[in-house]
Amino acid sequence: MELEFTSRVDYIWALLPEIVLSIGAMVVLLVGVFREADDDPAAGDASPLGWISLIALAAAAMANGWLTGIPVASASPMVAVDPFRLFANWIFLGGAGLTILLSFPYVTRQRLQAGEFYTLILLCTVGMMFMASARDLLLLFLGVETMSIAAYVLTAFNRRDRRSSEAGLKYFLLGAFSSAFLLYGIALTWGATGTTNLLEIGEAVAGGAAVPGLIMAGMGLLAIGFAFKVAAVPFHMWTPDVYEGAPTPSTAFMAATVKAASFVAFARLFMEAFPALYDSWSTVFWWLAALTMIIPNVVALSQSNVKRMLAYSSIAHGGYLLVALTAANEMATAGLLFYLLVYSIMNIGALAVVMVASGHAEERLQIGDYAGFGWAQPMLGVVFTIFLLSLAGFPGTGGFMAKIYLLQGAAESELWTLAVVLALATVVSYYYYLRVAWYMWMRPAAPDLTHEEVWVPLPMRMGLVASAAILIFLGIFPGGIIDLARAATHGFFLAGVLP
Amino acid sequence: MVDVLFYVFAAVALGGGLGVVLARSPVGSLLFMLATLFSVAGIFVLLEAHFLAAIQVMVYAGAIMVLFLFVIMLLNLGHDFRKDFTFGAGMVAAFVVAGVMAGFLARQFRGSGDHPLYAFFPGPEGMDALLAEQGAVGAIAHPLFTDYVVAFELTGILLLMALVGAIAIAKQRV
Repeated sequence: MELEFTSRVDYIWALLPEIVLSIGAMVVLLVGVFREADDDPAAGDASPLGWISLIALAAAAMANGWLTGIPVASASPMVAVDPFRLFANWIFLGGAGLTILLSFPYVTRQRLQAGEFYTLILLCTVGMMFMASARDLLLLFLGVETMSIAAYVLTAFNRRDRRSSEAGLKYFLLGAFSSAFLLYGIALTWGATGTTNLLEIGEAVAGGAAVPGLIMAGMGLLAIGFAFKVAAVPFHMWTPDVYEGAPTPSTAFMAATVKAASFVAFARLFMEAFPALYDSWSTVFWWLAALTMIIPNVVALSQSNVKRMLAYSSIAHGGYLLVALTAANEMATAGLLFYLLVYSIMNIGALAVVMVASGHAEERLQIGDYAGFGWAQPMLGVVFTIFLLSLAGFPGTGGFMAKIYLLQGAAESELWTLAVVLALATVVSYYYYLRVAWYMWMRPAAPDLTHEEVWVPLPMRMGLVASAAILIFLGIFPGGIIDLARAATHGFFLAGVLP
Repeated sequence: MVDVLFYVFAAVALGGGLGVVLARSPVGSLLFMLATLFSVAGIFVLLEAHFLAAIQVMVYAGAIMVLFLFVIMLLNLGHDFRKDFTFGAGMVAAFVVAGVMAGFLARQFRGSGDHPLYAFFPGPEGMDALLAEQGAVGAIAHPLFTDYVVAFELTGILLLMALVGAIAIAKQRV
């Protein structure tokens, strides 16, 4: 069997992972409705719905794996069926699965409506997968909106917490604002080239058929729209408040997977539609990357709230990833995919520990609350330390290898200054990551703090240990995954246009 | 005749747009917006996009505006909110940016049919042929269910999710 897109039935096969996941999301929604109808006390337990969601994600992953082996005879104008998209889908499905697996105790404890919560996570993932596959600006916009609207709701989901509602409103207003930029950019790009297909835009721009001023304005507005979505400085103002106020599983999901999807779509858009204008946009991205690496790392030094510190850290990681976009060569794009994979695992893992350690009403978020945590909960302490070391980029962890690949990509495009900034920013970030670890292991617990009552069910324990093990494994043997990522970016560029 | 009508509709649309921003009360803004939507529908008629014009009147001017009115009524927003605005540097900057953008677009779209911009689009003859072949509804329905069928289906998912999300964060009992 091969995909030719002469008949529209082929779209069903090309979009099988998305379709399977959408059906799974609707099943979770329906089961959730029927569970809420009866008033038995077990209805508060989130894990049955979570397991159904995980089964749906596994089914979508199987469809994704099946699609990997399907040859494509002629490309579709709407959806790309290339290794880049399929690799990105692994990241999204894995990130969503990890978020759901690690959120059981939180959703149960906070009495969130599990059916709707998991449905929104799954549909958000569907939006991300469409973003990774979109080869048309129309589909790209719909994917971005599907993902973003789900993320707004996930932010405001905890109705009993005022901080959550406030964060949701802020995110919604600024997100709608950034969507307007995106849409205006799409309109101007269409006006300049007469098409919304990324490859045709690329040809029009390269061939000189695009209206000169209009295409630059369109590209600039698209860049601003995506810079909001990936929280690049100076478009990052919403991020700390939103990530701090949102329910912690939503924060983990947004900081890791939503950001990954935005970067994947960002990369595809600029590398497929605007490679001929590389000289123009790489300068802008250079500054965005430099600012996004420096400012959040400096601000994070003075944060005493661990969740907010991790929010700034996620902005800083966006800066490292922007280096890959600026370099825009095969090594850097493979590094981008590898980094997104590692980053999703370590960020969701770190926030999952914050999730269980923060207490019933999320009141224990200060760094002082972590004093003695490691000795009271040795397993959590060890995995949290591994996540923090990996976020900091310590040798021997996946985070280190990911940064090495980014540096290699930057070196191939001769971005020496950015490479130096990346290395220095990493050194600065050691301080605020290791400070948490230091509090955990070196400070005695305050007498009124009881870390023993932290509740971690078995699936979550297994998920955390597996995540930490994967990070260590990727830190020592990254070869297999980086080869896959390199293969995924092979042939992704218009030949001979990019450096 | 068509030119005169176009200028009338365009003037009403632009004036209505300004009115939305400058009106004293939300209900006033709403009525100005209605005028804008109607004149855009008129421009669609002049472009021979009759189906779009009808949909514009029914969906936007009809259904959505009524919903807006209900929200304003239910939230009791009828008061004069102009005092909430401050005419400061931000306002000036906003007008400057809007002016620069408008000037830029006017410069881009100025000129006759030989501008490269118009090379991409079918033009009046192409439109006439399309309408004669498929009719006003078919010209929209055909691409919607063939070339853009994926986008159409994704819109369904988007709307379902927005609905679920809105109910989840707005329902009374949690």
